[in-house]
Amino acid sequence: MSSFALFSVVLLYLALLFFVAYMAEKKKSKLWINNPYIYALSLAVYCTAWTYYGSIGVAATSGLNYLPIYIGPIIVIPSWIYINTRIVRISRINKISSLADFISLRYGNSRSLSAIITLVCLFAIIPYIGLQIKAISETFHLVTETPVSKNILTDSATFVVLLIAVFSSYYGTRYVDASEKRLGIISAIALESFLKLFFIIILGLFVIYFVFDGFSDIYHKASRFNDFKAKNTFNGIEGALNWMVLCMISGTAICLLPRQFHTAIIENRQEKHIKTAIWFFPLYLLIFTLFIFPIAWAGRLIFNGQQVNPEFYSILIPQHFDNTVITVLVFLGGLSSSISMIIISAITLSIMLSNNMIIPYGLLGKFKAEDETQNTRNITRIRKFSIFGLIIMAFAFYKYFILKTSLDSVGLISFVIIAQLAPAYFGAIFWRRGSYKGVLVGLLAGLVICYFGLIIPQYYFSYNQEFKGILREMYDAFSFFNIPYLGRIPQIFFWSMLVNTGLFAGISVSMKGNYRERNFAELYVDIDKYIQNHENAFIWRGTAYVSDIKNILERFLGKKKTEQALRIFNLKYNIDSETETADSRFIKFSENLLAGRIGTASAKILIEGVTKEDKISLKEVLNILEESKENIILNKKLTEQSQELKKLSDDLTNANQSLIVKDRQKDDFLDSVAHELRTPITAIRSAGEILADDDDIPLEIKKEFLNNIITESDRLSEIINDILYLDKLEHGEIALHIKENNILETYKKALNPLLHLIQQKNIHISEVNLLNHFIFEYDESRMIQLFQNILGNALKFTDEQGTIQTKFFSRDKELIITVFNTGKHIPEEDLKMIFDKFYQSKNQNILKQAGSGLGLAICRKIIQNHGGTIYAENSGLGVTFTIRLPER
Amino acid sequence: MSLEYSFKKNGYDVYIARDGTEVLEFLKTMIPDVILLDIMMPNLDGFSTLNIIKQDEKLKDTKVIFLSAKNNPKDIEKGLEMGADAYVTKPYSIKKLMQLIEEMV
Repeated sequence: MSSFALFSVVLLYLALLFFVAYMAEKKKSKLWINNPYIYALSLAVYCTAWTYYGSIGVAATSGLNYLPIYIGPIIVIPSWIYINTRIVRISRINKISSLADFISLRYGNSRSLSAIITLVCLFAIIPYIGLQIKAISETFHLVTETPVSKNILTDSATFVVLLIAVFSSYYGTRYVDASEKRLGIISAIALESFLKLFFIIILGLFVIYFVFDGFSDIYHKASRFNDFKAKNTFNGIEGALNWMVLCMISGTAICLLPRQFHTAIIENRQEKHIKTAIWFFPLYLLIFTLFIFPIAWAGRLIFNGQQVNPEFYSILIPQHFDNTVITVLVFLGGLSSSISMIIISAITLSIMLSNNMIIPYGLLGKFKAEDETQNTRNITRIRKFSIFGLIIMAFAFYKYFILKTSLDSVGLISFVIIAQLAPAYFGAIFWRRGSYKGVLVGLLAGLVICYFGLIIPQYYFSYNQEFKGILREMYDAFSFFNIPYLGRIPQIFFWSMLVNTGLFAGISVSMKGNYRERNFAELYVDIDKYIQNHENAFIWRGTAYVSDIKNILERFLGKKKTEQALRIFNLKYNIDSETETADSRFIKFSENLLAGRIGTASAKILIEGVTKEDKISLKEVLNILEESKENIILNKKLTEQSQELKKLSDDLTNANQSLIVKDRQKDDFLDSVAHELRTPITAIRSAGEILADDDDIPLEIKKEFLNNIITESDRLSEIINDILYLDKLEHGEIALHIKENNILETYKKALNPLLHLIQQKNIHISEVNLLNHFIFEYDESRMIQLFQNILGNALKFTDEQGTIQTKFFSRDKELIITVFNTGKHIPEEDLKMIFDKFYQSKNQNILKQAGSGLGLAICRKIIQNHGGTIYAENSGLGVTFTIRLPER
Repeated sequence: MSLEYSFKKNGYDVYIARDGTEVLEFLKTMIPDVILLDIMMPNLDGFSTLNIIKQDEKLKDTKVIFLSAKNNPKDIEKGLEMGADAYVTKPYSIKKLMQLIEEMV
């Protein structure tokens, strides 16, 4: 394949990444972006070119040793559900944006410690980035079958590296707040992770099923190699020990590599995504390892005896069979692995470089004088140049130092150096006593051992032969520490970690840390307790003015954002906005606001510059912390208790309210009853009075009075009957006798006694039947009563020669009966209330009609007892009553 | 009906209105000595009717008596405050009502 063609493929591929990053930034909330798998896949930034090429080389030359790189993480990752969940919380509330921030904040927010950690990361990772560039460059030349050009300017690989540098410096610095999530980059990384796995699966299947006849074919053929057995067993306890130490190294690396910390902690958008990652990511690694073994041994079989670099079997095999497509795909897979590692590492290193070294040591004074736009521009610019510079540095490193070393050893050395941060890192979340001095001494001692044990032999021995002679002698002096059955790297790992951890623990126990360390120790170890109001847990005493701090904040956040943040703060802690002095909560709040932009250490320094802090003794801090912890527990208990009490009193108030309502309803009812009874009694009484006193009443008048007495007495007894009946209905004393009945027959039974009255008023009555079947289940005598009340009511309000029409139909398992009459419309506001007891008599806007005033109330109760509903509405020329009865 | 009979028998002229608006119709043509007003009436209730009567200069000598089943003290107070001359609750004694009217006129 020509250089130009491959270069075009690379360009297209990078364009695709740009596009994905762009779309993801644009559509943040879409499901394909906002899901746990994107997070889990982005963690696979762990699998670099080393996995793609180096592991295959190791598998082919030194056997099982390729496995620990994957087994270590697989063993450790499940613990993330506990460890990383807490670290994510700590980082979130403290606005931590890098590994250096995380560790240095815990040990007293120390500027020097964060700078040292940054240096460690730079020294460990830049060669590692160089390694990726080496892989890109070498595979590029391998695929195009061109020699590596000595001249940087004419080497096509140089341009690939430049492209990557531009891409990452553009997308990596979109936000000035480094603790912000970079969805665009992360989505592009997730896509790359998917593609690199997908491409290696294609290669694996190609090798297993096209080049050979299945896995067992490779196994059988490979097992004829003399060294096959030796390379695929542990080789006794010694090999197993080496193997175990390698597992430990990579298990530590998966937690501590800056790019892993960045993807797993800083870019974690939801804690629950960790739950998916802890099974998905190990599965991903397992699938990867599955294919390394057959590819490595297939390579050995194909290129048996030839002088080829086993690290590039994955490209050489498809090339050997003239399969350009798979060759390019594997190249792209390797490129993906390299690019994602380079991008994420460069971004996270640039954040550390800017927030933990350049800004705190050089630019704080300048920032204090500038305004927000200028500062934001400066910070972004620093990071942009850092990213670009780091990649170029790595490129130079590759060109001048590691051209000849294998991928495998450089990667492992990186791991061991990064592992030196492990005691401080894990100590931060598990051990309160761990102190700054302990960390510093332990870390430096560990690094010195790594330097002399790993770096000097790796880089100097291979380049400077004279040095080698002198150094060899020096090294021989240390041979006392040699552990014969461990390899060089596991050995140095063992010694450096032993010394590092030992010094860290020993110094921490024997020397007291300062109060600030202890304060953050509490906050880190007991994060679950402080998560709600972490600002309260920050101990600070001294004099500080809100206006001074505000002034600083404005220089970084701008006026608008600062005021907004202050409002939120005042609201959260219920603080008067006029308050002039700042308390500890405000100090911590302000530091957090700045931390994302300029790092925790610089934030502290800036705030310190405008405040005056009093010294607090460690003992005092411990007391305050103990108190505040007790207070938090007490507060929680009190809140719970007061909530319970409030609920109880709410319940009581509700009960009381409903009793009052019931009492009033009862009073109203009694009033209405009395009122209803009084009207006929008045009539009876007056008639009786006249009849008794007046002896010479004409006979016809006398008769009229007597008839009056009779009708009014009937009305009285009707009212009393209805009241008692309704009361029984309401208290369920009248049982329903539900049977199957014919609804039309029931209606007829109800209508018959009324026909006489209907004829008298000359009203036209009709039925419309739209039912398919007529048998329904209900209590017939109650239903007759209901019909009679509704029809009687209709009759009452329909003028002479009016119309009453009843319609039967069924819909959605409901029997629906509508009774329409041409009576006067009921006022809209009364429609709902006509079913209340005595409603008619209470609001006599309409001409009073005979009746107890309970008919409709009885109707409603009957239909409710059947599980149905009744309502009235004005329609066209009259009023319609609708009865709905559910079918059983 | 029994009232109509009793008043006529005692020599009064009796006119019966079925609601407040009818009362006002009657008053355009006559000035009665006594008006017996129910409170709960269709169209225009007793209180509103009384209000209109009280504003009419011609009717300043006409006595107004509320006759109502509303017997709670609040309604009685309201009726008297509005300027009714008496408030009689149902059921009443025709004899006593008659005496009351005799005293007034």
